[in-house]
Amino acid sequence: MKKTSNARALYELFSSMRFAISLLTILAIASVIGTVVKQNEPYNAYLNQFGPFWFPIFEKLGLYAVYNAGWFLAILCFLVLSTSACILRQSKPMLREMRAFKEHAREASLRLFKLHAEASANHAPTRAAAEAYLARNGFRARTLERDDGVLIAAKRGSWSRIGYFFAHGGLVVICAGGLLDGNLPLRMQMWLGGKQATQADQLIADIPAQSRLAEDNWSFRGNIFIPEGKSSGVAVLREGDGVLLQELPFDVSLQKFHIEHYETGQPKRFASDIIVTDKRSGKSEVRTIDVNKPFETHGITLYQASFDDGGSRLKLRVRNLATGGDAPSEITGIVGERGDLKGPGYAYSVEFTGFRAINVETIGDAPAARGGLAGLQDRLGSGARDPAHKTQRNIGPSFTYKLRDSAGQAVEFMNYMLPVEQDGRWFLLAGMREDAAEGFRYLRIPLDEDGRVDTWYAVRQRLLDKTTQATLAKRFAKRASGGAENATLRLEETSLRTLQLFSDKGFESLGAFIDKTIPKAEQERAAGIFLQVLEGIVWEAVLMAREDAGQPTLEISPSRAQYARDVLKAVGDAFHYNAPLILQLDSYEQVQATVLQATRSPGKKWVFLGSLLLTLGVFAMLYVRERRLFLLLRRDGSALLAMSANRVSLDVEQEFLRHRDALLGSKPAAGDLAS
Amino acid sequence: MTDLAHSVPPQPSFRRITPGDWLAALALALGAAFALRQYGSYMDVYEKAILLLAVPTFAVLGWHWHGLRNLLAATACAALLGIELYQHDLARAEQVFWLKYFFSSQTAIAWMSALVFFSTGAFWLGLLARAPFAERVGTALSWVAAGAGLTGLMVRWYESYLIGADVGHIPVSNLYEVFVLFIILTTLLYLYYARHYATNKLGAFVMPVVAAAVGFLLWYSFSRDAHEIQPLIPALQSYWMKIHVPANFVGYGAFALASMVGVAYLCASRGLLASRLPSVAVLDDLMYRAIGIGFAFFTVATILGALWAAEAWGTYWQWDPKETWALIVWLNYAAWLHMRLTKGLRGAVLAWWAIIGLLVTSFAFLGVNMFLSGLHSYGSL
Ligand code: HEM
Repeated sequence: MKKTSNARALYELFSSMRFAISLLTILAIASVIGTVVKQNEPYNAYLNQFGPFWFPIFEKLGLYAVYNAGWFLAILCFLVLSTSACILRQSKPMLREMRAFKEHAREASLRLFKLHAEASANHAPTRAAAEAYLARNGFRARTLERDDGVLIAAKRGSWSRIGYFFAHGGLVVICAGGLLDGNLPLRMQMWLGGKQATQADQLIADIPAQSRLAEDNWSFRGNIFIPEGKSSGVAVLREGDGVLLQELPFDVSLQKFHIEHYETGQPKRFASDIIVTDKRSGKSEVRTIDVNKPFETHGITLYQASFDDGGSRLKLRVRNLATGGDAPSEITGIVGERGDLKGPGYAYSVEFTGFRAINVETIGDAPAARGGLAGLQDRLGSGARDPAHKTQRNIGPSFTYKLRDSAGQAVEFMNYMLPVEQDGRWFLLAGMREDAAEGFRYLRIPLDEDGRVDTWYAVRQRLLDKTTQATLAKRFAKRASGGAENATLRLEETSLRTLQLFSDKGFESLGAFIDKTIPKAEQERAAGIFLQVLEGIVWEAVLMAREDAGQPTLEISPSRAQYARDVLKAVGDAFHYNAPLILQLDSYEQVQATVLQATRSPGKKWVFLGSLLLTLGVFAMLYVRERRLFLLLRRDGSALLAMSANRVSLDVEQEFLRHRDALLGSKPAAGDLAS
Repeated sequence: MTDLAHSVPPQPSFRRITPGDWLAALALALGAAFALRQYGSYMDVYEKAILLLAVPTFAVLGWHWHGLRNLLAATACAALLGIELYQHDLARAEQVFWLKYFFSSQTAIAWMSALVFFSTGAFWLGLLARAPFAERVGTALSWVAAGAGLTGLMVRWYESYLIGADVGHIPVSNLYEVFVLFIILTTLLYLYYARHYATNKLGAFVMPVVAAAVGFLLWYSFSRDAHEIQPLIPALQSYWMKIHVPANFVGYGAFALASMVGVAYLCASRGLLASRLPSVAVLDDLMYRAIGIGFAFFTVATILGALWAAEAWGTYWQWDPKETWALIVWLNYAAWLHMRLTKGLRGAVLAWWAIIGLLVTSFAFLGVNMFLSGLHSYGSL
């Protein structure tokens, strides 16, 4: 006896609104956490973000994948159970309520209705007229002859109650479908089937059997990576910080990957031309998958998820900064592969990590937005982009690589193939960073007036080379002092010192020297002089490099002086360039790869069915109004009209007034009823 | 006799179909036929279906609500006039007087913005000075504002095709455009309920939210040039988007309306302005209806979003921040409805709850774009 009442109490708690609302609240709060902590990031990122103390605690709580955490799924399960229990508990009374006409309602209780009205004998309708009126207005009625008279019990809108079942049943169906598609099935396989995630960073062929899921796995979501001209028969599933491999019943090969852009540079289309070949029958199908146009085969849906480089071949020129970049050597790199890079003064392992054929950048700034009336004026007219505003431009291919020294230290580089124009001057950009979390810092190598970068390497070498420094100082002093012997000698000495200082650690050593030896008040002026001297020397080095290359000499001009300044700046920056070599892209053969997402989601149709039920149910509950009208025609000819509704709202009262006027009223209603 | 003291006067019967209604339905059908003939080649099968379904939908809406019918007729004329003035040449927006100062999309939206402010002012004047005339002016101005905004969106739609056939799309694809939509829909919802409850007083409460949205719109345009028409990135090239977004904004608009009615409720129930506002019973009823319609549309919108996600991203639900917050908003109003309908809760608590609901909704609508990152790529701030 005790036991059953306990179970009963549990069931009551379970099916109570209070319990459901509490669960919903917890669910909402948990969901908020999931939007604040970025989900499914690499674990390293979390370690950095939260530190070594919190990282494992949060991991245990499952905060890095809240929506797959055991406790979250458990709440969801409870909600399904609780809502089901609620439906069960409500079903009997609700169905009874739906079917009943309540034709036995007592007069006393009808009088207690908030909405009721009386009519004397000469205003009361006849039974037939009342029944006809009710039928015309969409009521179903049941009439009972009783001791106190005739009661017509009518009702309309019982669908409102069905709405309750639809909406809440729909919710249960949606949640159940969602659970099917969630990673619960995968969890089961990992617990029961001994499956295990493995580290992401390895070749597909090396992935062990316990990290491979069989073709018949009934629910999964993973990515297929396919380079152009290649094929793949597996999808990679992320699980925690590792991966699992999903075998597919077909191979997908990529013929071509398409990227199209609008004139403005924004992406317009990503699409893959693929061939799907059944692994057993060998039958194949040719398809194109676009974003928003997936393709379903073998119960698996393939979507255009993303794209990548599929192993482009890069023809590269190795510029040795130490030897001045003369006699560059040539190598070929394949994106995604590694190799060794050895030369005079360096030995690295190199890893080509990426290539992009198109880089769309925003060029120039919007003109300062005008405020007030002028700004308004600018904003009238069509919504088309103002041509004076920033434009997007393709600045050509770029590629990234990593150099790892013998100690295992890696530095990442990003170089552009083509020079870029900045303020009317052209530069080749060579980017570098030590930490993946930082942006690239760029060395901007200026192009000379013939559009070559070689001059910069040659000039740089001459500036840093001990044997040419003296010559440069001498040539500069001679030109700058205009012949006076004494002054020339002094200038030569100063400029040599300056150059030597600069060639030690660039502007840094120069700055340190100024700080140490020159009084504060003089420092700025002195720095200016040093800079002038250096620029002069750079110009001499430019001329010298030209002579050595057998090119005619040049007269200085403002634009050439600017070039010298740019050269100097880049030489100074190059002291911070953390590698003795720069790879320059000469030509490439692009190979793209597509990333398709493959999903098998058996719960999807249930979720959509549930959604349909939910929608119908919500509209039925909110907009189908249940009304009950009771008309008691007393034996003495007088009448009592009462109305109830399952929702209290103002228009119920209006409706009652309409019915009252029609049924009991004397004026138009009488004629209405007679008809 | 029962106490019916606070009931509103009986309304005229809208269900009688007048010749004007038939005419309007005919015009809608002809318009759709014309659009199919003229632009059918730009539409896919779903767009054609949407167009065809729009005819009965708006015909019925128009029967029930003549104001809307007239608004649609007026904006259709204004938009067609704007399109005619363009003569397939975008540059004419700067050259033709009527385009430059009235019918080009940005100008029409600027008119909408100004009129929303004027209408807010008129409503407040009416409320404080007890001047029914000012309130009628406010109502008229908000009708014209909604019409100007709607015209702006229509013309913007056309302009997008003038930029390039591949750029053209319905203007519901970025935060700027949906804000215009929000302004129009909230205003229309207000006008609908104002007529339904035969009161002009609530404009003073509802229009300020609309004005705030206009303020945001202006800031967004002036500081980010957000008004410039952008082509659709691949993920947004979906017909689901075209119904998902408007459905969402009926929801947001209704929730905003409900919260402002909540404010009015709190004022009235504390005796503040009570003599100038509708009775608390009317306010309570209106709040419930607004949340009801908001909830229904938000349900549909969320489901449509799931359908779209299933197609674009391969999963109907992946706990992306925007989705998650939509769920939170939805759960919040579900709880509100439960408390009212099953627990019989009424009064100040629900009013406060509706106001807080708007904060939650605004976060889902704007905050997520500002503070959280996710897949919903449109409209980052
Ligand atoms: C995510 C969960 C839920 C949602 C979104 C939801 C939604 C709704 C909606 C929209 C209504 C209709 C309100 C109206 O008619 O205006 C409603 C009514 C109702 N709900 Fe829920 N509900 C949920 C869970 C539950 C649970 C767990 C229970 C039971 C404990 C429950 C019990 C009820 C009841 C009894 C009604 C009133 C039905 C009527 O009087 O017609 N709901 N619900």
